[in-house]
Amino acid sequence: MSVAGHSGAAVAAGSLLQARGLGLERGGRELFCDLSFAVRPGHLLQVEGANGAGKTSLLRILAGLSRYGFSGQVERAAPLLYLGHHSAVKAMLSPRENLAWHIAGEGSYRADEIDTALAQVGLYGYEDVPSHTLSAGQHRRVNLARLYLSRSPLWLLDEPFTAIDRDGVAALEALLVRHAQQGGAVVLTSHQRLSVSYPVARLDLRAGLKEGLSEGAHT
Amino acid sequence: MWSFFHKLGSPPWLYRITGSILRWLLPLTLIALAVGAVWGLLFTAPDFRQGNSYRIIYIHVPSAVVALAGYYVMAFAGAISLIWKMKMADVAMKSCAPVGAALTFIALVTGAIWGKPTWGTWWVWDARITSMLILLFLYLGVIALYEAFDNKEAAGKACAVLTLVGTVNIPIIYKSVDWWYSLHQPASIKFTGESSIDPSMLYPLLLMIGSFYALFTCALLMNMRLEILRRESRTGWVRKLVGA
Amino acid sequence: MSAPGLLAFCGRLLRRQLVLALRRPVDIGNPLLFFAMVVALFPLGLGPAPAALAGFAPGILWIIALLANLLTADNLFRGDFEDGSLEQLLLSPQPLYLSVLAYVLAQWLVTGLLLAVLSPLFALMLGLPGAAVPTLVASLLLGTAVLSLVGGIGAALTVGLKRGGMLIALLILPFYMPVLIFGSAAVQAVVGGMPAASHLAILGAMLCLSVALAPLAISAALRISIDA
Repeated sequence: MSVAGHSGAAVAAGSLLQARGLGLERGGRELFCDLSFAVRPGHLLQVEGANGAGKTSLLRILAGLSRYGFSGQVERAAPLLYLGHHSAVKAMLSPRENLAWHIAGEGSYRADEIDTALAQVGLYGYEDVPSHTLSAGQHRRVNLARLYLSRSPLWLLDEPFTAIDRDGVAALEALLVRHAQQGGAVVLTSHQRLSVSYPVARLDLRAGLKEGLSEGAHT
Repeated sequence: MWSFFHKLGSPPWLYRITGSILRWLLPLTLIALAVGAVWGLLFTAPDFRQGNSYRIIYIHVPSAVVALAGYYVMAFAGAISLIWKMKMADVAMKSCAPVGAALTFIALVTGAIWGKPTWGTWWVWDARITSMLILLFLYLGVIALYEAFDNKEAAGKACAVLTLVGTVNIPIIYKSVDWWYSLHQPASIKFTGESSIDPSMLYPLLLMIGSFYALFTCALLMNMRLEILRRESRTGWVRKLVGA
Repeated sequence: MSAPGLLAFCGRLLRRQLVLALRRPVDIGNPLLFFAMVVALFPLGLGPAPAALAGFAPGILWIIALLANLLTADNLFRGDFEDGSLEQLLLSPQPLYLSVLAYVLAQWLVTGLLLAVLSPLFALMLGLPGAAVPTLVASLLLGTAVLSLVGGIGAALTVGLKRGGMLIALLILPFYMPVLIFGSAAVQAVVGGMPAASHLAILGAMLCLSVALAPLAISAALRISIDA
């Protein structure tokens, strides 16, 4: 099964991520099996499923954090950015310091680039306060500010809308679309449908679904 | 060669083959143990200095030797499990730990029992005893780590890393403890060195060491079979096996 | 824009860890306070006779240093594991070997180094002969670095477990024993009028071995723990 059928953004020949025959069993229960798909530039892929359907597990497998306990293969052809459930925000550091560290592995950024990114997620004026004074939503925003700086073509986002207010959700959706249009790709899990005017592929991980996902993804 | 390797990774095959190995190895081991024990305990001459108390070496020495070897078997299985991601190597490693710990414990207890008539005290901080005690700690650490993980696959990998770290460390620990003991050795305690052992005492000892290796193998295989059944309890072949 | 160099990245990591440590000075002070309190326990337990205490001082000081190190080992990765920073570190394109070394170095700077620097004070309280104090400091500098590296292995193995505290002690104390043997022997040698250079050389060799191998074990253990 291939996640295909979008139009618009240029499709490069190579895929950014290729999954072949992924299967996962937890506690003797099969969450998904024989899951194969490719993520190409321009893809916006939303993974859906009930709680416990294995969305987070799938994303961790795709990111390469889970290395054991599943079957199948994942090929990663491009640098990826993964944002998980935890915000990775240190309470004792300011948002500016946190963000500077989050992107430290990817490149060197100037202070004003970091400040601009923080302003874009609505943290203008909060750059230098200790992060333990911020709310959970603001922690998430520090995390999301990374998306404005990242050069990674492939984004894997686990519930990026959690604790984000309505304006923030709209801004984030616009950002995701822009990333896809510029030749990037996004795989995200979310319970809410994206309200974007861009083709969104869907991958439904229904709990207990046995025979692959033949009808799973369509735009 | 490779097909054999692949077969080793298959639980039902391994379960069957270990079953048929045990069918002849287990009786053989028990016979060898019985012969060695009777030979060593009844048909050897008493030691001219220690009298009959030395006869405990027929239990003490083999268990100590095999306990140490067991750690290396465990580390070997751990390395295979890490490098080739073989689940059955995980099973072998996990099954080694309790057997090795039991043998180490036997070596310590028999050492203490032997120490009472020889040195007049149950426990001496002698280099070999201390090293065995540390070995017991290492085994128990592996068991504790394995049990602490809910995810048994991760538990196996974590224990594999730990045993490999232990493998690097055991020679260092042994040498350090030896050196430490030579530094502090009290003059009152003297070893009746085993280097001067009479051949008539040596042969039953060698037989006992061999039988203990076989006993270790049997216990390991039986433990592995149990673990295989536990891990594969939901699969068809196990259900068929138990007739459910 | 390209990814930063190895050393630049490790420098940033080291600075981050030190900033985090310095913003909670109490956490730096706690192991030292622990050291001081346990030093006070020994005269209470063994009696205040100066000669007896001085005789046991090398061993006492080394055992306390070891326990202080053990208490801090569990915290090495725990905070970063719980808030997700560790995931990001494992995903970053930088080699984990060096990142792990930076973690351990930062931890050693705020525990082992400070303990070694402050140890003359405690040596005085226990009546250790003055001639042995430089050796005590040197042996602690080398030895606590080994302890931090080995402790890192235990920390990485148990970081995914909710109750790691007790377990980590069971896992790594056996590996601490050679360091204890040679560390306290070095100090005892000087007290007995012998040179300690060979003991320190062995501690140095242990440090080289653990710098080379411990990060490999820590990296492997972290990848396993993040998955559990």
